[in-house]
Amino acid sequence: MKNYAYLILEDGLYICGRSRTKPTQTFGELVFNTSMTGYQEALTDPSYKGQILMLTYPLIGNYGTNNNWQESEKVHVEGFVVSSLTTHPSNSECSADLAAFLDSHNTPLVEDIDTRYLTTHIREKGVMDCTIKITEQPLTQQEIAELVEKTKEQRSPSERDLISEVAIKRDITIATGNKHVVLIDCGYKKSIVDELKKRGCGITIVRPDATIDDVLTYKPDGVLVSNGPGDPARAKTVISLVKDCVDHHIPLFGICLGHQIINLAMGSKTYKMKFGHRGANQPVLDLQTKTIAITSQNHGFAVECTNEMEVTHINLNDKTVEGTRHPELPIFTTQYHPEAHPGPWDSRTLFDGFVEMM
Amino acid sequence: MGKRTDIKKILLIGSGPIVIGQAAEFDYSGSQACRTLKSEGYEVVLINSNPATIQTDPSFADRVYIEPTTPEIVEKIIEKEKPDALLATMGGQTGLNVAVALHERGVLEKHGVKIIGTPIEAITQGEDRELFASLMKKIGEPIPKSAIATTLYDAQQAAETIGYPVVIRPAYTLGGTGGGIANNPIELQQIVEQGLLQSPEHQVLIEKCLTGWYEFEYEVMRDNADNCITICSMENVDPMGIHTGESVVVAPAQTLSDAQHQQLRSAALKIIRALGVVGGCNIQFAVNPKTWEYAVIEVNPRVSRSSALASKATGYPIAKIATKLSIGWRLDEIKNDITQTSAAFEPALDYVVVKIPRWPFDKFRYLDKRLGTQMKSTGEVMAIGRTFEEALQKAIRSLEVKREGITDAKKESSSTLKKIKERLKIATHKRLFYIYAAFRNGLDVDEIAELTGINRFFLQKIKHIYDVEQQLMYKPTPSMVKDALKLGFSREQLKSLGVSEEMMQWQHHAKERKVYKMVDTCAGEFTAHTPYFYSTTGISNDASCQKQKKKIAVIGGGPIRIGQGIEFDYCCVHGVLAAREMGFETVMINNNPETVSTDYDVSDRLFFEPLTGEDVIDVLKNEGVDGVIVQFGGQTSINLAKTVENAGFKVLGTPTKSIDLVEDRDKCARLLSNLGIRQAEFGIAHCLVEAQEVANKIGYPVLVRPSYVLGGRAMQIVHNDEELRDYIHEATKVAGEHPILIDKFLENAVELDVDAVCDGEDVLIAGIMEHIEEAGVHSGDSACVLPTQHISEEHIRVIKEWTKKIALEIGVVGLLNVQFAIHDSQVYVLEINPRASRTVPFVSKSTGIPLAKIGTMVMLGKKLKDLNIRQARLDYVSVKVPVFPFSKLGGVDPVLGPEMKSTGEVMAMGKTFAEAFYKALIAAGMRLPTKGNVFISVKKSDRKQSVVIAKKFKELGFNIYATPGTGAYLREHGLDVEIVNKVSAGTPNILDLMKKNKIDLIINTPTTGLRPTTDGYLIRRKAVELNIPYITVLTTANVCVDALKQVKRSDLDVVCLSDLEHS
Repeated sequence: MKNYAYLILEDGLYICGRSRTKPTQTFGELVFNTSMTGYQEALTDPSYKGQILMLTYPLIGNYGTNNNWQESEKVHVEGFVVSSLTTHPSNSECSADLAAFLDSHNTPLVEDIDTRYLTTHIREKGVMDCTIKITEQPLTQQEIAELVEKTKEQRSPSERDLISEVAIKRDITIATGNKHVVLIDCGYKKSIVDELKKRGCGITIVRPDATIDDVLTYKPDGVLVSNGPGDPARAKTVISLVKDCVDHHIPLFGICLGHQIINLAMGSKTYKMKFGHRGANQPVLDLQTKTIAITSQNHGFAVECTNEMEVTHINLNDKTVEGTRHPELPIFTTQYHPEAHPGPWDSRTLFDGFVEMM
Repeated sequence: MGKRTDIKKILLIGSGPIVIGQAAEFDYSGSQACRTLKSEGYEVVLINSNPATIQTDPSFADRVYIEPTTPEIVEKIIEKEKPDALLATMGGQTGLNVAVALHERGVLEKHGVKIIGTPIEAITQGEDRELFASLMKKIGEPIPKSAIATTLYDAQQAAETIGYPVVIRPAYTLGGTGGGIANNPIELQQIVEQGLLQSPEHQVLIEKCLTGWYEFEYEVMRDNADNCITICSMENVDPMGIHTGESVVVAPAQTLSDAQHQQLRSAALKIIRALGVVGGCNIQFAVNPKTWEYAVIEVNPRVSRSSALASKATGYPIAKIATKLSIGWRLDEIKNDITQTSAAFEPALDYVVVKIPRWPFDKFRYLDKRLGTQMKSTGEVMAIGRTFEEALQKAIRSLEVKREGITDAKKESSSTLKKIKERLKIATHKRLFYIYAAFRNGLDVDEIAELTGINRFFLQKIKHIYDVEQQLMYKPTPSMVKDALKLGFSREQLKSLGVSEEMMQWQHHAKERKVYKMVDTCAGEFTAHTPYFYSTTGISNDASCQKQKKKIAVIGGGPIRIGQGIEFDYCCVHGVLAAREMGFETVMINNNPETVSTDYDVSDRLFFEPLTGEDVIDVLKNEGVDGVIVQFGGQTSINLAKTVENAGFKVLGTPTKSIDLVEDRDKCARLLSNLGIRQAEFGIAHCLVEAQEVANKIGYPVLVRPSYVLGGRAMQIVHNDEELRDYIHEATKVAGEHPILIDKFLENAVELDVDAVCDGEDVLIAGIMEHIEEAGVHSGDSACVLPTQHISEEHIRVIKEWTKKIALEIGVVGLLNVQFAIHDSQVYVLEINPRASRTVPFVSKSTGIPLAKIGTMVMLGKKLKDLNIRQARLDYVSVKVPVFPFSKLGGVDPVLGPEMKSTGEVMAMGKTFAEAFYKALIAAGMRLPTKGNVFISVKKSDRKQSVVIAKKFKELGFNIYATPGTGAYLREHGLDVEIVNKVSAGTPNILDLMKKNKIDLIINTPTTGLRPTTDGYLIRRKAVELNIPYITVLTTANVCVDALKQVKRSDLDVVCLSDLEHS
């Protein structure tokens, strides 16, 4: 170590940390996650496409990395920001240290940052676009000013069609079973598939631009709309596919982006949150049973329920919608991640509910 | 759902005196419970025998009883108060055990008292090892192979089946008392015999020893709608084999992957659900480092030491929320004070917390210092940082063991490699420093991991500190210095490595500096409303603020140790509360996670910091305080007075030059003699020759001690030149270059303690306490009574007059404690302490005069005459009795002397001295027999007085046993005595009688000598081990026999402090 690593925010704020990554420049929306474990799961979660991930927990890499902890093949974050990185991990399951892992995935890493300072800044001002500049020499004020301008001008990642950047290009059936699930891939996490497999489901993963006819050829007992990156309102093709599924009375389950898409298909609205929910400690209240689940969340948009869907779950902190259900049709959705990884296993039973519904 | 309306009056049982395994954390939980219940509109009845607790203050509960927490006494209070409900889980193991006993005796049912919170069934399922094992089996959670034994034979059989090594855990004991690890049948026999004696149920668990497995803890909560959350995960740095209370602990867990963490978390939630806990619960896991196999080790179905730590580590007030759950609220109905969001969430930390225990080995030099399954530590410190290294080094500084950080390991580093390796393998309180020494001596992480069993993660971090130190010593640069500061190096520490002041300037760096970050439960996700801070390096300072009112800081007392107990926290809390009441903004600086003072809502602003000059001054500068109170935190804070003043801050109250004056024996002596105040002759010596000269001039016996002491450390009475030589040899090890003070020792003198307040014009004498033990026993170890019982009016007059003269002459503003002795009808001044003494809470509770509060008001400029202070309430006799850690510290001679040994104290009130004293003994855990056999063996000079005492016992129907010397003397004086062999005379001897349960009380006064080898020592130790009541001072024996004569146990009455308060 170490190169100079600048974080340059669109509102003009910049701070300089250090980096062991080669000189490079990258751009994304800076978000923070408060989960104290599960960095590898987060890094490989396709929902982070277009984003620079900053973890609030200051010691990252303590237990290393392992292939089993991947949520997809790749690292999806545009950059990774931590306070300090542990270079000598210790865990019986560790197979490589995090620095080596990030290096092998060409992920820009910024270390030695006052992450609490940046976190509270985002909390006050909202998530914003950010440039990471890693250089061997310190930047001049002039260069910084130019980068601020550039960061302001650049098109925000959530205005891009991020789903197509992460989703599969060709449908694939990966399992057969009693009940057959079509998983509409908007950037799915592997753990969702694992939960379905555990319950003996057959699974076909389909492209986000699949048609209802494509879906019907797989004879689905149910359709699961996956998590994924970006603004749900931009996912026009998936929204219309979901509408078709509803018309065919196919049991539907949506997770995170999938929850937003199903609700949009049913006529609700979505909106961008100030800084979203990203963490493993979000309390969700089941309005019917009055029970609480501590949930894993990663979303920057939320649903405003204005349609026939019933709100079944709310977030106890800010009362935002966390789950919905159709009063008659077999449709239910959750904003949070019942598949966990990272995060608590409290809500895995939702998959049982889905299997029962099919 | 809402709170219960079917109950109105709730009984809380406190944990009693501070003992090893049960420290200030239960004052923290109990006072939170009291406040919470009161604010919810319930009437709270509290019983606790510990007067130094905040919870026993009249304002915290509605009906306060400072009474023994025994089932009999609690039943009396239940009869009197008729509470609707009992909350059993806030008073530690003591409170829990009493609740279970009351339940089993049918007392609760008889009086219609409902248990709220965690039900009795859950408590017994958590505590009873057999029930617990079968429950774990039922829900499929793995536990180590184990068996219950109630006899040695059973234990031996079990150990054979399970396979050595095995852990022996006595049921229902505190801090692992009486437990241990046995590697073979011989060790097993030793430990099991002890364990069966120590367990109130005479039951031990023989468990497969998982030594070397990693240990993790989870703090979980559950409401009565079955909602469960995890507050905090914790990882023990020391692997299994060392009690969690003895281990360095880190929060959150550091080395678990997400899946592993979630697996343990899910298991913890499953267990709390299966138990049916309503409130808080602590669950401990062991994890095989190689295979990731785990086992459930233990659960505590109550608020515990770990939950106090977890509360302070996260900012989540576990005791308060647990209390709310017990009265029926659901988690989602409760608000998180800090963020104003829901309490049904799991705290996210953006820092690392390190806890290190504080051991009393500096007090007990001959004690076995190896750490194991039985607790020996008296307290702990906690530190917060943004790196593990930072938190670790801050925690080391907080311990007050004269180490600036882990690099401060000179002595260990110069040990031989063989010794270092040995000390890595066998853990002692110095293991961290030996790890550092190992790096310095060329061992690598793998070798150290092999020897210590400590996870490489932590060793790598310590290695990191070592690497940075090496670089710094080679050629420091500003950027390297910045790295070092991030690893928690203090500037003092850097200076000792040769780093210049200039190099440490933050100007070298763009935006970073030393800042304060907030503990907010949510890692910055929400705006926090409670100012609770720790220092680190960074850009933004969460503690930058606009000052609205006059601001004062109170410096706390640091970790609980012998000589500096919970009393000082009591004073600090009162200081803060009084200043707030007067309209000041208050800043609290402390590092003890067990205490009430480190509750975030006690002061306006809380800083969790080491109490070194550097760390404290940085806080004061950040806060821009107008004044600092140093009188309340014991030696810790008073020692900082000068530093604070030199940094340009105002020390409130007694000026530092007065404090210095009192510390300077010569100046002080001149002042006293000018005032016409008598003190014992004394002298100062710098070497043995000088010391012998002085001693011979004054005349033996003399009291010798180093000039700077805490709690009478290294203080001793010596009788001749030879003893003096031995002493000087020892003392120079403890005190270094400080000269030795030599005082004439006043034999057979009565000692008195006076607590007073002075405003510079008037002096309020709040209480005069008469010690039961004669002068020579440390005042902290002596029982005492208020008002005095045997002191003439004339002597009282002199004492009052002298106290006033001293206070005014030295310029005390605030609290003052003076110790007196009456020897041959003459009053002498023994010691002057211009600060809060450890008797402040006792005096406040006995007299009704809120001493610490008045002291604070005076320091902040009020005059005594304007305060309208009530008369001291003296319609009851109050007695304070200390409690000792002897049963937990194997090998320590349980005798009293000028060095303090007690960990805590109890108080009792009665209409007569005898009644109060009797109750206090019960509260202190002494089971004074009412009939049976008394064994008497005293030193020659005590024989005359022993006759009187023996006669009284005889009159009460006791049989007297005695050793040949004492026995012959008693017979000569007409007593019928059974003579028993001394230990050295072979069997059968007194030890055999003791083992056969033939002896019910032992009176043994020690012959002089430093080394524990005498007959008397063996008898006293055996008494401790067999739990036979013993008395080592004749004055105490006399008071005991009088109490037995005058008081019937069944007639003991209970006194409600609150009634007196309002009368």
